Amino acid sequence: MNELFSPKNMKLLTNPINDDNPITVQVLGICSALAITVKLEPAVVMTISVMAVLAIGNVVIAALRNTIPNRIRIIVQLVVIATLVILVDQILKAFLYDVSKQLSVFVGLIITNCIIMGRFEAFAMGNKPWPAFLDGVGNSAGYGIILIIVAFFRELLGSGTIWYYPVMEKIGIYKTGYVDNGLMILPPMALIVVGIIIWVQRGRNTKLIESN
Amino acid sequence: MKQSNTYIFVYSSVMVIVVAAILSFATMALKPYQDKNKEIEKKKYILQSANLAADIANAKNTDKYIEEEFDKYITNSFVIDTKGNKKEGIDAYSINMKLELSKSVEERILPIYICSLDDGSTKYIIAVRGKGLWGPVWGNMAFNDDFNTIYGVVLDHKAETPGLGAEITQDFFTSPFKEKKIFNTSGKLEAINIYKGGKGAAKNAGDLDHGVDAISGGTITSKSVEKMIKDCLRDYENYFKNKKSN
Repeated sequence: MNELFSPKNMKLLTNPINDDNPITVQVLGICSALAITVKLEPAVVMTISVMAVLAIGNVVIAALRNTIPNRIRIIVQLVVIATLVILVDQILKAFLYDVSKQLSVFVGLIITNCIIMGRFEAFAMGNKPWPAFLDGVGNSAGYGIILIIVAFFRELLGSGTIWYYPVMEKIGIYKTGYVDNGLMILPPMALIVVGIIIWVQRGRNTKLIESN
Repeated sequence: MKQSNTYIFVYSSVMVIVVAAILSFATMALKPYQDKNKEIEKKKYILQSANLAADIANAKNTDKYIEEEFDKYITNSFVIDTKGNKKEGIDAYSINMKLELSKSVEERILPIYICSLDDGSTKYIIAVRGKGLWGPVWGNMAFNDDFNTIYGVVLDHKAETPGLGAEITQDFFTSPFKEKKIFNTSGKLEAINIYKGGKGAAKNAGDLDHGVDAISGGTITSKSVEKMIKDCLRDYENYFKNKKSN
C-alpha cells in the first residue's frame, strides 16, 4: 500500500495539476479548451470523459507495452483511444442522453486530443500500469481544472449564469445597466482567458520561470 | 527489440478482431437504452410543443412521466401526403423526417398528432426539419383548430453554436411564436418571418402577425429556422387549407 502511494507516485498525480499542467505548461489540448468552455456543464462532463479515456487507455497501453510492435505503436495507441472514445460516447448516449447531445461531436473529438496521445507515447509506453493510471488521472485533472476555470468565467461573464443558475440576474446587476459580454461566448476569448491563467500561474510559480 | 513482419501482422489482426468484438457487443447491449431515449425525446417534444409536460423538472421518473402525459393527451395521430390526403396504414411515429425530406415533394408523407387538452380544445401538432448553420435543426409546432394560429413551438438542433444559435431551444426565442398566424389576410401562406436587429425588430418592421425576433449573434441559425418553417409548412399547406375551408 505504501509503495502504491509513494511520494514518487503521488508526484505523478499532483505534478500535472500545477508544475506540469498539460494546457498551461505543455500547451496541449488547447483546441477542446476553446470549444467546450462556453458553459460549465459540458466542461465538467468533458473532463470526466477525458479522464476515463486517459486513465483506462494509459493502463491498457502500459499493460501491453512490452508486446506492442515498435513500428506500429502509434496505430495501436490510436486504436485504443478510438475504442475507448466510442465506448464513452455510446454509454453517454444510453444513460446521459441530454449531456451527450450537448457535447455532440466533441466526445468524438477526444480522439484528437493531443494530451492523450502524448501521455501514451511519453509515459505509458515506458511504465507499469499503476503509475500510468496515476499519470492519466493527474493529467486529465490538470486539463479539467483549466477547463473548469475557463468555463466558469466564460459562462459568468458571457451568459450571466453559473451552471445555468442566473447569478447576475439574482444580484440585480442588470438594473445598473450591466450587459452580458457576448464576446466571452466566442472561441477567441477562451484563448485569452487561458493566456491570463498562464500569466498568473507563471507569475506565482517560480519553477516555471525560465532563466536566460 | 525488433519484431518480425509476421508478428506485426498477427498482432494487428488480433487487436482489430478484439476491438471489433468489444465495440459490437457494446453497441448491441446499449442499443435498447439509446432507442428508448430517442423515443422519449420525440414524445417530449411533441408534448412540449403543445405546452404540456411542464412539470418535467419536478418529475421523479421523467421517462415514466413523459409516457403518462403522452398517453393522456395525445389522443390520435395520422399521416398525410403533400396533396393533403390522409394515408392509411402508416404509423405516424415511425416517420423519419430526414428520410421524407430527401424524397420528392409528391412522394413525401408527413405526421400529424392530435392533442386533446383538459379544457376540451384540440391542437394539431406537426413535425418540421431543416438545415441549421452547422447541422440539422428540427422541432414540432402545435396549431389551434383554425389551422392558422400557432399554439406552441419547440425547436432543437444538433450542433449550433452554444450561447448563440443554440439558444433557439430557449423559451425567449420560441414563446414569441405563439399566437402568430401562418396565413396572411388574403389566405396566402406566409409562415413565420424572422427579423434581424435584436429585441423588437419584428415590431419595428410592423409585422405583428408573422414576425419573430432573431437571436443577436445567431442570425444564420434564426434564418435557418425561418426557412425550415416556411419549407415544411408548404408541405402541410394543402391539408391545412382543406381543413380551414371546411
